[in-house]
Order: sequence, then C-alpha cells, then structure tokens
Amino acid sequence: MSDGKRVESEPVSRRDWLGLAGTGSAAAAILFSTVGMLRLPKPRVLPDVLSLVRLGKAGQFPPGTVTPLPAEKVCVVSSDQGIGVISLVCTHLGCVVNKTETGFDCPCHGSKFGPKGEVRQGPAPRPLPWLAVSQAPDGTLLVDLGKEVQAGALYKASS
Amino acid sequence: MTKSIDSQTARMAPPDPAGANLGLSGSPTFWENLRALPGNVWRAVVRHGAPTSDRARSQAVFSNVFLHVHSARVHPHSLRATATWGLGVSLVAQFIILTVTGVLLMVYYMPSTELAYNSMKDLHYIVPTGRVIRNIHRWASHLMVLFVLLHMMRVFYTASYKRPREFNWVIGMILLVLTLALSFTGYILPWDQLAYWALMIAANIAASPNELAHSLGLPQMFHVGDVVKELLLGSSEPGQHSLIRFYTLHCVFLPLLAGIAMAAHIWRIRKDGGLARPDGTPTPAGKGAPSMSPAGQTADQAPRKTYGLMCVVRDRSPHTGQDPDETVPSWPYLLRAELLVFMLNMLVCVALGYWFDAPLREAANPAVPENPAKAPWYFLGLQELVSYSAFLGGVGIPTLAVIGLGLIPFLDRESEPGGVWFSGRRGRREMFAAAAIGTVAAVLAVAIPVNFGWLRNWFPDIPQWVIVLVNPGSLVTAAYIVWSLAVMRRTRSTRMGAIALFTCSIVGFAILTYVGTYLRGPNWDFYWSESQWPAH
Repeated sequence: MSDGKRVESEPVSRRDWLGLAGTGSAAAAILFSTVGMLRLPKPRVLPDVLSLVRLGKAGQFPPGTVTPLPAEKVCVVSSDQGIGVISLVCTHLGCVVNKTETGFDCPCHGSKFGPKGEVRQGPAPRPLPWLAVSQAPDGTLLVDLGKEVQAGALYKASS
Repeated sequence: MTKSIDSQTARMAPPDPAGANLGLSGSPTFWENLRALPGNVWRAVVRHGAPTSDRARSQAVFSNVFLHVHSARVHPHSLRATATWGLGVSLVAQFIILTVTGVLLMVYYMPSTELAYNSMKDLHYIVPTGRVIRNIHRWASHLMVLFVLLHMMRVFYTASYKRPREFNWVIGMILLVLTLALSFTGYILPWDQLAYWALMIAANIAASPNELAHSLGLPQMFHVGDVVKELLLGSSEPGQHSLIRFYTLHCVFLPLLAGIAMAAHIWRIRKDGGLARPDGTPTPAGKGAPSMSPAGQTADQAPRKTYGLMCVVRDRSPHTGQDPDETVPSWPYLLRAELLVFMLNMLVCVALGYWFDAPLREAANPAVPENPAKAPWYFLGLQELVSYSAFLGGVGIPTLAVIGLGLIPFLDRESEPGGVWFSGRRGRREMFAAAAIGTVAAVLAVAIPVNFGWLRNWFPDIPQWVIVLVNPGSLVTAAYIVWSLAVMRRTRSTRMGAIALFTCSIVGFAILTYVGTYLRGPNWDFYWSESQWPAH
C-alpha cells in the first residue's frame, strides 16, 4: 500500500482489513480442513464382495422344489417353466428371512412374506426382490445379487 | 549461605565459585537438599500445608485441579440423599470404572472379524481377572444407561433445568445420546451374533429415510440414507471395515467427546452456584431461617461479591447476600459423600461382575440371524417401535424425542425454584395422571396390532407411506402430545404440560421396553411367556 492511498479516508481501515482478512482466512482454513476430514471416511471404491454368486448346477434344483440357500442369502424356486431366485434379505432392515410353510418370516421385526416374496404382514416396505439369473459357460447357475428383476420372472436353464 | 534452610534464598544467592569446584564430591547443600527431598517434593506437589482448618481445606479444594470442580463450600440441601440420590456422581464413578476397565480390555482385544470373538474367549477363560474385568465393564455400561435415565428424571422432576441451567440440560441430552452411542458401539466389538445383526439393523435404520423416499416415488438422488449407511459400515455390508470404524468410535472418539461434554456439564453446575435448590431451603440454623437472598431484594440485586477463593459466581451462590456460615465446607462433607457413592458403585459393579457373566452369543454368522434377534434391554423399546416402521420408529420418533427433551427448558420458562420434587402437590397429581394415560395408550398401541393386525392386514394394497406415517408408534406419540397440550390448557402452566409429556414418554418407553424384553418371541410374535415359544 502506498503512502498516498493511506491519506485518503478508506471505507475499511487498514487495521480492520487485516483483521477481517485474518479472521476470514482462519475460517476458510477451518472450513476446508473440516470438509477434507469429513471426506475421508467415504472411499471412492467400496471394499465389497462380488455380487455375482455361483449357486451350483441347474440339475441340483429339480422342478417343483424350493431351496433356501441362507449362506448366499437367496432362495431358488424351480418349476417346469424355469428357475427363479428370490432374495432372502428382508426389505425392512436386512435380516435373513426364514423359509416357512406360508412363505418367509423375518426373525428380527416380524415381517411376513408370501411364497413369492409378497408382503403379507409387518413393517417391510417392499416385497422380497427377485434376482437376475444367468449361466456360466460350464452350466453353473449364477445369480446377480445386485440386479433385481420382475417378480415371478423365470430363467430357462440349459443343461 | 550453606546453612540457609530457606531454599528460595539459596536459589537466589550468587553461585559460589568454591561450591562449583566441589560439585558432586560433597556440597553440604546437596546433602541437605537430598535429606529434605521427600518433604520438598510433597510440598511442590500439593503446595499448601496440612489442611487442619476449614479455611485451609477450602484452600486445598480451590487450588487442586482435580478438586476444584467442587466449589469450596456447599449447601447442605445439595448433600441430602433425597435431593439427588447421588445419580450424577454415580455416573462419573461409572465413567471412570468404564475407562479403566476399557483400557485393560484393550490389552487383549483385537479389532478383527477373525480374531475379535476369540479374544473375548481368551479374556474369559485364559487371562487372569479377564472375566471379571470384562463383566465389570459390561455391568458398569448397563448401570450407566440406567443412571443417565434416572438422572434425567431427577433433574426434570425437580425442575433443575430452569434458567440459567437451560443449556446444561441440553448438554445432558448430548451426554444421553453419547452414552447410548458408547453402549451400542461397545456391544458391536465382540463380533458375535448380537454384534453382527445389530450392526446390520442399525446401518439399515440409518438408511431408512430411503424407505420414505422410495414409497413416495422420489428419484435415487433423494436416497440420502445410503450415504449414512456407507459412512457407518465403510462397505455395503458389515465386515472388517465396519468393525474398525466402531472400534475407533468406541475407544477414542466417543469417550473423548463424552469427557469434554462431562467437563462442561460439571463446570456449569459449579458456575451456576451448585445444585438447584429451593429458596429458603431449611438450613443448619433450622426451618424458617432467612432465605438465601435478604428480604426485599431479588437475586439480581443482591451484591455480587468477589471472593479471592471463589471467583465471581452468579446469583444464588453460597456466598452472595448472606452469611457464609449457612454452607458447609466441601472438604470433608461433599468429598465424603462422593467417596461413599463411588465406593457403592465399585461394590455393585464388582459384585455383579463377579457373579454374573456378561453374555457372549455364538460367533457372528452372516447367513442366519438369531430368532428372535433381540438388542440389549435399553434398545428393546426402540426395536418395538422399529417393528412398526423402520423410519418412524428408528429415526423419526427418537429424533423427535431428543429434540423435544432438549427444548423443554426453552419452552417451559415459568420461574420457579428448582429442587422441589414434581414442583409440589399439583405436579405430583399431573404426574400420576400422565402415567395412567401413558400406560393406557402404550398398552393399546401394543394390544391392538397383536389382536387385530394393522393397516396392511385390513387393506392389503395400502401405500407404504401411509404405514410409515400411521402406525402404533406414531399414534401413541401423537396421543402423548395431545394429552400434554390439554394439560397445559387446563392448568395454564407450561411446567404442568412438560410434566405430562415427560411422564408419558418415560412410561411409554418403560412399557415398550418391557414388551420387547418379555413378550416378544420368535419372529417377533407376541407370547405371554418364554415357555410358550414354539420349539425349534
């Protein structure tokens, strides 16, 4: 700042300006470091497992059977028209539902689903999703846990 | 100079050239200092003489960093067991017990999904005293949750949240949430069935705003719940990344926050002149002795004396506007009472820890949740609410409850002396009335869905958002609010309205907790007793 400028009356005095600049830069530093710190816990890539799961050969699921596979969190419904896979993850809060005579019951908060996954009772907001089925070149059935298909959609497996 | 026994003079004296040559080989000063070492070290630590008089003891309390959270003198009313039941001091004691046992447990605990469960088994079966230390940690945490609730009830019913203590009540709310968060993050760490499924359910509750967004047909960008879930779990499913996050929260972040909040909480009590107590509290001089402020003079006009000992303490401090002799010295009266409370807590925790083992379920199994999968008792009321709607029971009503509780001192600003239970007979009557109403509403909220089903059983195609908004949990909450507003209208008193709402909420919480604990069986179905549960 030159001497000539200082003589004129300024809207903000130099002392105030320096003070404001100091406060402002401190606030900006706090803001940016906070944003940086808050950004850390959300990684760009999640350490997730593969959503494509192998279920076994199609012959393991003969027509007319309903096979719950809790380890894979799915239930395989097989009929003459083909194979359907229903997710066993409760749409309420993520517990694995149990197969019962009437369909599927959730042990955590009492949601009850029909044999096709439709909500019969309880807090579940949505029916159990049906998942996309495909086949590996060697004939193994694959289910994509991340890909929902229309309820009742059946996959005709080639054996 | 060498004969001087005043160390200060010795330090200030010019260096002796001869002494420098003597060095370690035998300066008489050195030997004298060595002989006086224990006494000098002691005096350097405590910096005052033996506290033989009240004045010296007050000085000791005032000059010690650990004791100075107490005022030097304390009013006898605050020392009565029935004034506080020692609940706040108990919480400090429990926090200290938890910190010490927690650090000890960290010696063996390994925050890995592979090793955590086995380190629990090691602690129980192999480590000397490991079983008892873990049990004490568990029991102290349960006591702390219970005592936070009791402490909150004590402060509320004695109207101790009134001006100028409004914000300290809010800090208390923060401490309530932190205590629950510490408990929750704590029972995640063993990585047993309880831990895994609690984590799964909690993460999905955090994501449950999606449920509302989805049922209203909002696009994906409104599904903010996913971000919160991801932040908690560090993944889309509970696993190693979640465990290390909860370990850090439990052992570092949350205790640090709780410690800071506790310091502020206690400091403000001290600065507000000790515990709230009624005007004209009976004093050692007997009932009817002069009030804290001289007659005809409000507290604001009372002279604000500045004591070297006390700093400036506002309003009804023990030292403004009256004879200091109405109070008693904190040392020994307050310290003795605190020590007693601390010892009782130690006794209870050690006894519980010795005879009752902390539960450890089976190792975490991501394929099969337990049936029923129950949270610890203090979350079972919440679990009951969640079984009506994930979003409203898990996010909506708890948020409303915490905000509502925090706002109490700002919405009820009637000036009345603190320290009187239920604010007198009228308040006691409103408390009992609200307890009855609260019981009826909560029992109906459980009984109707159990006997007759709920909206989805009557109208199978009902939109989900109706169930989110209209369910037993939301209706009982609304009933409590309506009743309290009616009480407020009838009595023309915000304090009476607050008593009604607070009592209803506490009673509702207790009943839902009871239902969740004893009346819910497999698949969260209703059973009168566990003996009726179907055999697996």
